[in-house]
Amino acid sequence: MADNGESNIQNHMLVPKHIKLSEEQAAIILKKYNVSKKQLPKIKQKDPALTGLDAVHGDIIEIIRNTPTVGKSSYYRVVV
Amino acid sequence: MWKRLAPEILQEVKKMKNESHIYKRVSKIVFGLMSPKIIRKRACAKIVTAELYDREGYPVDGGLMDVRLGVIDPGLRCKTCAGKLKECTGHFGYIEFARPIIHIKYIPYVLNFLKSTCRECSKLLITDEKIKNLKKGSGGDSVRKSSSSIKVCPHCKAKQYNVKLEKPSVFMENDKKLSPVEVRARLEKIPDCDVEKLGINSGMARPEWMILILLPIPPVTMRPSITLESGERSEDDLTHKLGDIVRINQRLFENINSGAPEVIIEDLWELLQYHVTTYFDNTLAQIPPARHRSGQPLRSLTERIKSKEGRFRHNLAGKRVNFAARAVISPDPRINFNEVGVPKIVAMELTVPEKVTEWNLDWLKGLVNNGADQYPGVNYVFTSDGKKRKVNEETKEQIIEELEAGCVVERHLLDGDISVFNRQPSLHRMSIMAHKIKVLEGKSFRLNPGVCTPYNADFDGDEMNLHIPQTEEARAEAEILMQVQTQLISPKNGLNVMGSIHDAITGNYILTKHLTFSREEAVNILYSIGVDDIGCMKFNKGEVSGKDVFSALLPKNLDFIGASKDGEEVLIKKGRLIKGIIDKATIGEDNGTLIRSIYTKYGEDVGIDTVGRIFKLGLEVLLDFGFTTCLSDTDLPKEVLVKNDNLIKNVEKEVEELIERYNKGKLEAMPGLTVTETLEGEVLKLLNRLRDEIGHRVFDCATDDNSTLLMARSGAQGSFLNLAQMSALVGQQSLGGGRIRDGYTKRTLSLFKRGDLLPDSRGFIRSSYKKGLNPYEYFFHSMTGRDSLMDTALRTPKSGYLYRRLANALQDLKVEYDGTVRDSNKRVIQFIYGGDGIDVSKSEGGTIDVKRIVKEVMQKI
Repeated sequence: MADNGESNIQNHMLVPKHIKLSEEQAAIILKKYNVSKKQLPKIKQKDPALTGLDAVHGDIIEIIRNTPTVGKSSYYRVVV
Repeated sequence: MWKRLAPEILQEVKKMKNESHIYKRVSKIVFGLMSPKIIRKRACAKIVTAELYDREGYPVDGGLMDVRLGVIDPGLRCKTCAGKLKECTGHFGYIEFARPIIHIKYIPYVLNFLKSTCRECSKLLITDEKIKNLKKGSGGDSVRKSSSSIKVCPHCKAKQYNVKLEKPSVFMENDKKLSPVEVRARLEKIPDCDVEKLGINSGMARPEWMILILLPIPPVTMRPSITLESGERSEDDLTHKLGDIVRINQRLFENINSGAPEVIIEDLWELLQYHVTTYFDNTLAQIPPARHRSGQPLRSLTERIKSKEGRFRHNLAGKRVNFAARAVISPDPRINFNEVGVPKIVAMELTVPEKVTEWNLDWLKGLVNNGADQYPGVNYVFTSDGKKRKVNEETKEQIIEELEAGCVVERHLLDGDISVFNRQPSLHRMSIMAHKIKVLEGKSFRLNPGVCTPYNADFDGDEMNLHIPQTEEARAEAEILMQVQTQLISPKNGLNVMGSIHDAITGNYILTKHLTFSREEAVNILYSIGVDDIGCMKFNKGEVSGKDVFSALLPKNLDFIGASKDGEEVLIKKGRLIKGIIDKATIGEDNGTLIRSIYTKYGEDVGIDTVGRIFKLGLEVLLDFGFTTCLSDTDLPKEVLVKNDNLIKNVEKEVEELIERYNKGKLEAMPGLTVTETLEGEVLKLLNRLRDEIGHRVFDCATDDNSTLLMARSGAQGSFLNLAQMSALVGQQSLGGGRIRDGYTKRTLSLFKRGDLLPDSRGFIRSSYKKGLNPYEYFFHSMTGRDSLMDTALRTPKSGYLYRRLANALQDLKVEYDGTVRDSNKRVIQFIYGGDGIDVSKSEGGTIDVKRIVKEVMQKI
């Protein structure tokens, strides 16, 4: 299903971009907000938005959303 | 750290030992049942007689008022702890029942146990394998369900019978009564491991403890007797009930011991069961409530705890305060926004404690001399040694003589005192604001109509509460943090919650649009609202324009560029209104740009002051100018009426054509809709366009002196639509998003043809409110009217509860110093507040106009 471009919900205009962070990037985020992974918001591993990202438990996903006021805004979720 | 503190802690501990209270930290709470063993162990006295006092009026030993259970008479000492009245909190006693009694509150559980265990061996009625499969913590229900159909015990092969509950407290097995003795015997045999499966923590409770053989007697402090004026003693309801229990129990004992016939014993046992049941709960449906001799029912233990008047909601959750008042509110546009009008009778009841110093001594002496019954007076005086003395004619002179620095005088409210004003439901912080007192005649609280919005108040009988802070700190806090001017900007979107409303807007609109005054008139108006600086007014042939009069209220160096409601520029330079008309968009609530501009530039006090003066100016202008709305406002020229009629006819023809095409099957369906839906949508579109068009025509032909139009234009009240509905046509009534649907077979009312789809039969009202509606139009109008009425009545409580849950769920979220939103466990909810980091309370409607800010800053440089 995911290889069919049209049915891939990641390409839908209402689904914000999900990016898996590398370990270094993840470490930077944790440091920046001074949090442990437990204190981050969560996302399920089988979440449809994560298909094809190969995200495993403990990965941090960056979600880039569009806001009407400031343009792009980042949100982070840890995969559970 | 520990070592350094240790001696201090030791000292604390020593101090604690000297006090009668011991401080302990609660680490956990476990709920369970009281075993007979515990009841006996905790009891300080065994109660054996229903007598209360002996001939000297001293409590009888072993009676219900036994001094070992605590004391309620001053002078006596508790025999258990030697404490006096109020030192001793009381101790429990117990009585032993001659026969076991079923606790009424545990009957459902007992029934469950009886149904799911074997009548012979008391093991669970399901096989061991099935027990293993049971989920942990699923409670007793699943066991009972799976054992309900079992006829033979899987363990001892005994035959099982159905156990029924004959309400309120008799268990029947195969039409044979099970006595509490038998029930208890069965429950006793249930093994601990099976008890766990039935959903009970066997360490804390055993099923047989639900059948009472001992009853704890609550301490007398829990059921104090009252001494009536006649010197007679009146006992508490619980004492009466316990007396009945003890008496019947003793008789039961005597009868059993003397070998009375079983019938008599049975009767007494049943009576005892009744008394114990009504002692716990006197509101049970199947049982006649136990009553006093006067016929009023006794208040049982359950009633003491349960419901609104119970211990939780009334005593623990219900917080009551002194120095508070509640009254009906009414409007007074002449008082300021941050004032509240208080009736004199209230001002003489509520007081402010005033510390006597050498500087206010004489003034306070004067107040005390007025006494409690003359207005600026004093109700109580606390002398320097802390004694409270009431001020009246007899004590007055002595109190004045002894008044010295250090005393505290509770004086009546005076103008300018700080009060806290509140209207329920208090949904946001503007629901409680601090106002300055203004003592007025009359009997209602008066408030400026401008503050109705934050309180969500109107004057159809609303009541509000007033509190008087009693300490200097509380007053300072209220004045600095809670006063009306501090709440002008709403934290939810950064817009002003208060502003000019109704007539105040209309007044300013007329004033700044076309009015001119003579010098005398202008001065008169301005002076009546408290403005005496008229230096800024420019006279042109002895006349002054309304704009200049308005400018007299503005700060001298105010620069402002804004827009009026219809988009035209409003320009203020150096405190003078140069161009533009003042209306809702500049001074109204929520979008009063001018109000916010003054507020941010000149601060709270100037802000609220200017708002108040603009408000009063509007009213004063209307008072002078004269303003009313009348029937002739809705008059239309004949030719317009004819034109409207033609327009309606044309549209009706169009609708007819549409319907014809539909009937012939030629109408094409819109995407996602059926043909019928398409037709409905098209017709609705046509009819709504018709209404708008006629609305515009009405608007075009209305003259400038039309008051209704003036109100709509200024934004004070009403819209063009309202005017059109009054003068031209009411338009299509919509119910549930569409036209009125069939109520009878294929038609809305029996006067129409079946299958009629024309506007008339579907709730289109071609009459105006002025002309009057014909019967079927009236009916359709009532339909939509009733629907909206129901809608508000049903939706208000629902949305209120929804909001409450939302507020409770979000209440301890907080924006941390790093900009993240976190909960109390420091878990991140948002990485930047709102995704954009905008503090909405500092924004304007959720956005920040950077361009305007830059422009303003550049102008200043």
